[in-house]
Amino acid sequence: MKKQITPAILTIALLALWQVIAMAINAAYILPSPLQILIRLWELRVVLITVHLPATMAVTIIGLLISIVFGLTMAVVMDRFPSVESAVYPLVVASQTIPITAIAPLFVLWFGYSIWSKILVTILITFFPITIAVFDGFKSTKREMEELLLTYGATKNDIFVALKIPTALPSFFSAIKMAIPLSVIGAAIAEWLGAQSGLGYFSKRMMTQLDGAGVFAPVVLLSVAAMLMVAIISCVEKRILKWRKEI
Amino acid sequence: MLRFQNVSFTYKNENMPIMENLSLYIEDGDFVSIIGASGCGKSTIFRLINGLEKPQKGRIFVNEKPIEEQTKYAAFMPQNDLLFPWWTIEKNVCIPMKLSGVPKKEQEIWCREVLAQAGLLNYINKYPKDLSGGMKQRVSFVRTLLTGANMLLLDEPFSALDYLTRVDMQEWLLSQWEHYQKTILFITHDVEEALFLSKTIYVIQDVPFSALEEVPVPLSYPREREDLKKPEVVELKEILIEKLRKKGET
Repeated sequence: MKKQITPAILTIALLALWQVIAMAINAAYILPSPLQILIRLWELRVVLITVHLPATMAVTIIGLLISIVFGLTMAVVMDRFPSVESAVYPLVVASQTIPITAIAPLFVLWFGYSIWSKILVTILITFFPITIAVFDGFKSTKREMEELLLTYGATKNDIFVALKIPTALPSFFSAIKMAIPLSVIGAAIAEWLGAQSGLGYFSKRMMTQLDGAGVFAPVVLLSVAAMLMVAIISCVEKRILKWRKEI
Repeated sequence: MLRFQNVSFTYKNENMPIMENLSLYIEDGDFVSIIGASGCGKSTIFRLINGLEKPQKGRIFVNEKPIEEQTKYAAFMPQNDLLFPWWTIEKNVCIPMKLSGVPKKEQEIWCREVLAQAGLLNYINKYPKDLSGGMKQRVSFVRTLLTGANMLLLDEPFSALDYLTRVDMQEWLLSQWEHYQKTILFITHDVEEALFLSKTIYVIQDVPFSALEEVPVPLSYPREREDLKKPEVVELKEILIEKLRKKGET
């Protein structure tokens, strides 16, 4: 309980400071106050929660799931075949140097306003941390443990299942927790650049109407959704990695 | 019975060999300690026996059969317990049996029996993090036993433990050896530990070495810690320490 008091006080203090500055500026289209944002969120709750939140969550979750499958496959293949690792690793890194805001409109051109252009943006942002973290997790197995299993007659597959997967699990969960906020950001950026629904799209629409509080309201919802997803993954992690001392 | 026949070995990327034309013979059921300064090649002997390294020259036989032609002839217990933290004690000790295809039911029976003998049955569903250092080493020993091998290669298994736990573990190990009648090769830096445990001590004096100096321990089994105070044992201890110190100075 004591641990939560300090962040709570800091959050309240920052919100209060924001409130005071916003009231001093007194121009909601430039800087809306937290209270104005909350009021706007309440006013727009029905359309935000029933129409735009599901649209963004669909992009986020589908994108994240594809990234997990893709990232895990890449990590496994790179671990098993060093030649693939040396060929693919630089490309994986290079993929992260592509400016998303520049390439996302191209995806809209290729896939139209369908969900897939936005999912592609999400995948492009999120598969990287998953691939790299899990691959490094595989590499961090203790050589002595591997040798011990070899003395018991273990095959490469046995070592992968018995040693590499459990060793990489903590890295995998860390990667997922990193990828969730990134996937939400990816979905929002993609919607911002070209969509017909979604919280990013809604935020952009409010921008054109100079509705500052309306711009922030979907952002609050995005943050809450990302925090909830991270909390769920943390719970699953605690259950699965109960053997870890530090958790 | 273990036999090294003119074995030579050099690590990759190293110019100096560790051993040259080493011949060695160890009887079934013996408790043998190998002592020597750090880096003299004690662990290399184990790596060669369990097949992690291949000799450049010579051959190694167990029961007069080359080791390349057999499996499950020796089991290795490392310095650190190397228990898998994500598995319960039961799964940890069953892994050698699982990998060699022992039926699940049989695994369970063996696991329970040996854990009970080691006084660890109550911990069967615990994780390694729940156990003390000494207990973890016991579990590691049980796992080594459950490989089914007749020869156990113990590489400084108690060196990371505090003094009192180490003393307890030495006595416990002797009782287990007497119970299971296995051949034990035991690497240690601790001369007193070697004297207390083993029938014969092999001393590595030079690098590269082509023979190990064989020193019989003038004690019979069962042993008491008090036996270490006997004048002949104290004298032998001093001689061995002197040998190791000379090696350290060169």
